[in-house]
Amino acid sequence: MTVTSSGPLPEETYDVAVIGAGVVGAAIARELARHRGLRIALVEAAEDVGEGTSKANTAILHTGFDAAPGSLDARLTADGSRRLARYAAEVGIPVERVGALLVAWDAEQLARLPELAGKAERNGYHDTRLLDADELHALEPRLGPGALGALEVPGESIICPWTTTLAYATHAVLAGTDLHLNCPVNGIRQDGDRHELSCARGRLSARYLVNAAGLSADTVDAMLGHHDFTVTPRRGQLIVFDTFAGDLVRHILLPVPTALGKGVLVAPTVYGNVLLGPTAEDLPDKRATESTAGGLAALTGKGRRILPALLDEEVTAVYAGLRAATGQDDYRIRAHPEQRAVTAGGIRSTGLTASMGIAAHVTGLLAEVGLDLGAAGELPPLRMPPLGRTAARPCRQSGLVAADPEYGTVVCHCELVSRGEIRDALAAPVPPRSPAGLRRRTRAGAGRCQGAWCGAALRDLLERSPVREGV
Amino acid sequence: MNEPSARSVDVLVVGAGPAGLAAATRLAARGAGRVLVLDREQQPGGVPRHCEQRGFGPPGRWWTGPEYAARAAEAAVGAGAELSCGTTALGWAGPTTLDTTGPQGPERITARTVVLATGARERPRSARLVPGTRPAGVLTTGELQQTVHLYGQQAGRRAVVVGAEPVAYVALDALRRAGTETVAMVTGLPRSQAHAARAQWARLVGRVPLLTGAEVVEVLGRPRLTGLRLRRHDGRGAVLACDTVVFTGDFTPDQVLARQGGIALDAGTRGPAVDAAFRTSHPGVFAVGSVLHAAESARVAAHEGALAARSVLCHLTGPGRWPTAGATVRVEPPLRWIAPNRLTAGAPTACTFLLRTDRFLARPLLRVSQDGRTLHCERLHRTAVPGRPVPLSGTWTAQVDQEGGAVRVEVD
Ligand SMILES: Cc1cc2nc3c(=O)[nH]c(=O)nc-3n(C[C@H](O)[C@H](O)[C@H](O)COP(=O)(O)OP(=O)(O)OC[C@H]3O[C@@H](n4cnc5c(N)ncnc54)[C@H](O)[C@@H]3O)c2cc1C
Ligand SMILES: Cc1cc2nc3c(=O)[nH]c(=O)nc-3n(C[C@H](O)[C@H](O)[C@H](O)COP(=O)(O)OP(=O)(O)OC[C@H]3O[C@@H](n4cnc5c(N)ncnc54)[C@H](O)[C@@H]3O)c2cc1C
Repeated sequence: MTVTSSGPLPEETYDVAVIGAGVVGAAIARELARHRGLRIALVEAAEDVGEGTSKANTAILHTGFDAAPGSLDARLTADGSRRLARYAAEVGIPVERVGALLVAWDAEQLARLPELAGKAERNGYHDTRLLDADELHALEPRLGPGALGALEVPGESIICPWTTTLAYATHAVLAGTDLHLNCPVNGIRQDGDRHELSCARGRLSARYLVNAAGLSADTVDAMLGHHDFTVTPRRGQLIVFDTFAGDLVRHILLPVPTALGKGVLVAPTVYGNVLLGPTAEDLPDKRATESTAGGLAALTGKGRRILPALLDEEVTAVYAGLRAATGQDDYRIRAHPEQRAVTAGGIRSTGLTASMGIAAHVTGLLAEVGLDLGAAGELPPLRMPPLGRTAARPCRQSGLVAADPEYGTVVCHCELVSRGEIRDALAAPVPPRSPAGLRRRTRAGAGRCQGAWCGAALRDLLERSPVREGV
Repeated sequence: MNEPSARSVDVLVVGAGPAGLAAATRLAARGAGRVLVLDREQQPGGVPRHCEQRGFGPPGRWWTGPEYAARAAEAAVGAGAELSCGTTALGWAGPTTLDTTGPQGPERITARTVVLATGARERPRSARLVPGTRPAGVLTTGELQQTVHLYGQQAGRRAVVVGAEPVAYVALDALRRAGTETVAMVTGLPRSQAHAARAQWARLVGRVPLLTGAEVVEVLGRPRLTGLRLRRHDGRGAVLACDTVVFTGDFTPDQVLARQGGIALDAGTRGPAVDAAFRTSHPGVFAVGSVLHAAESARVAAHEGALAARSVLCHLTGPGRWPTAGATVRVEPPLRWIAPNRLTAGAPTACTFLLRTDRFLARPLLRVSQDGRTLHCERLHRTAVPGRPVPLSGTWTAQVDQEGGAVRVEVD
């Protein structure tokens, strides 16, 4: 079990190095780790896994009903969705199958619904249903006035994106993968049948390479001499509303899609909040994850129309994520046989859903370019902390608290996170290194006070944790 | 094994801040029976626990917050109340039954009466929809105080304080204590909301400039704050370099429990609606302190606690009829809220109402009316300041028609 975040890198030659520990890279590392004979390195520039796009999305486990039929995206989203739903049940990733409603607000949109149902059919999704205005309002009584009808997609689900990435990475590490954090790859040199990666923390060599660098997949590709695509970030700003808004909405409320993307949705989260977003803005800067006054105003305007009562509720958080748009509708997944490398780029707006599908596909491509995978085995058993609204927090469970009173000592009052859970997170195979990392693992500090009551206490616990001392 | 243990008390007070402790002290001393006070924090005292400045207690005493908190807790325990810290009230299992948890595990506590004294919280940057990056170094006053006073952590080198309410000056004190330079205070209002002497001291002696009529329109920097973009009301913009920002004031009642219990809230205060006897819409449930009106001084909160104790005792010993609400009390802009805000027959008439204004109002004339009929006029003989209490006498409540429309309070 090796996770490093400072100091020199091991001298051994890995069989495979995966660059980027987002949801895609982590899923690939986990898939490869099933093959126990392989030595794998997961190399990440940031201090934690999932620090890129994977931490800032709309957290929906799509069915793939609206993908471009026949595309790789369509195939891997549908496949990944099934795999992830199964995996989530196995390891305890919060998922709720709340279903989606594509709401038509004018006659033109209403007229497009049958066409979208047809597209779902072509994507192999057969459960859609057309609803008239009355049926729609019966399902969503708080919906704003003027909605004319909807297409129901019962299979769309909500999921915890943080636990997903973390479960993959944890599983990979438990099965022997080395995770190297704080380790940006700056250059790649070919040395016979090996890749020499020059990283901020030294050199790392590997026989095979996977580029899962998200927004930087084009830059990493360029290090290999490829210029197949350019990533243009497409920013999505989102607003998270207080859990008191949770009663206002039961389904994922989607707009009828346009050329620019899936549009602004209102959706419940697995933690009981309500999400409003995202915007879609093409930008030159791959770090432009700030929110803007214009973006927030646009969102509140849309939100007021979709769910008027939402705007009376308190905002808990505002964030933005960047989709890795490449000017093409599909993923840019490509094998480079002569270099024993696979690029998983352009994983734009369905990467969370498709992650396990992409991982299986990429593993297949690695085998095609010569990697001897060996037999696949079982991964060690794993159970993630249940952060969802449907699970009882440890502080509410008599048995747990009786066995360990630390589970009854609540530190984060808004989200009812106990000191026991924080202790467990700090001692986990992939521990947090910042308040934000701790928040993604436990929800501590993610509530309505945003750490006003517990921030100092959490920083104190984090500072005193052995992980920090070891950094 | 997952069944919570159960017990019964006469009075359950949720929140061991100034309001809850004062209520418990009175109740226990007057023989209300078993009085239990819960607080989710490990130490009793509420907000004063982390207020190091000398601003607490009866006039002329100037205790620090922790001194005040310790005295209030001692008084409650001395009077015979039971204090249970580290215990969180999670929600309702009946009209006056609460589910709780703590190191001893989940419990179900049934009380004859419940007093909600859960206080207030400052709205964080996100709730104020201030755009920009999400760097480290963005705090509220409460978090700053805990950072500095309870945990002795660093608070950065250069700070900006957003807001000029009295509590913003408390943030200045905490920053000074932490060795952090405060480069400016910023407020959208035309002047400071603190007492003139305090504001002048900060500006002249503490050398902290006050930028008025200015709004923070963007937070800059990652992973740590590097600055704030401001926009002045005349349209000019500026960037203030800093690595810490404290968003102060903008209090909102911590009404989670009240709301979970379906207790009627007041649209103005956003806390539970109460009458002059601190009775909420739910029989047997009272509310006191900052949860009603965020936020007055600890003295006001404690005074309410003591007053409420009297009503609680009446309820415990009396015929036990809970008055149905008559008219409500509403304010018109620029007034923001008023408390109490629920009128009932039989409530004390000698009460004082508290109001808040959104704008500075020089010697305002307050007019109280119902259905077009003027009940009361009163001139305030000073300037009404946003974020500071504006009192209004309650002598007119006897004239209210309980069957009539809302009582309106406006500035003439
Ligand atoms: C607003 C928004 C909403 C979305 N909603 C959904 C949704 O509801 N459902 C869904 O399925 N998908 C959704 N997505 C898409 C999904 O979030 C992404 O497809 C997915 O997170 C991409 O994962 P990734 O691993 O490719 O990229 P990332 O998470 O960005 O990971 C790439 C990693 O590579 C690292 N890296 C980069 N360069 C280097 C280097 N040189 N050396 C080392 N490491 C490097 C980065 O630090 C980063 O951690 C949404 C996206 C956005 C922006
Ligand atoms: C930064 C700051 C500085 C101040 N400075 C001064 C000053 O100098 N002088 C002065 O007189 N006043 C001052 N005040 C105001 C004063 O602190 C408050 O008016 C007073 O604390 C309000 O008392 P309270 O009992 O209503 O609420 P609080 O003091 O907020 O106490 C509420 C208590 O309820 C507990 N609680 C909440 N929910 C639950 C639950 N579900 N279960 C269990 N427990 C719960 C909380 O942990 C808390 O301890 C200041 C306030 C602030 C924020």
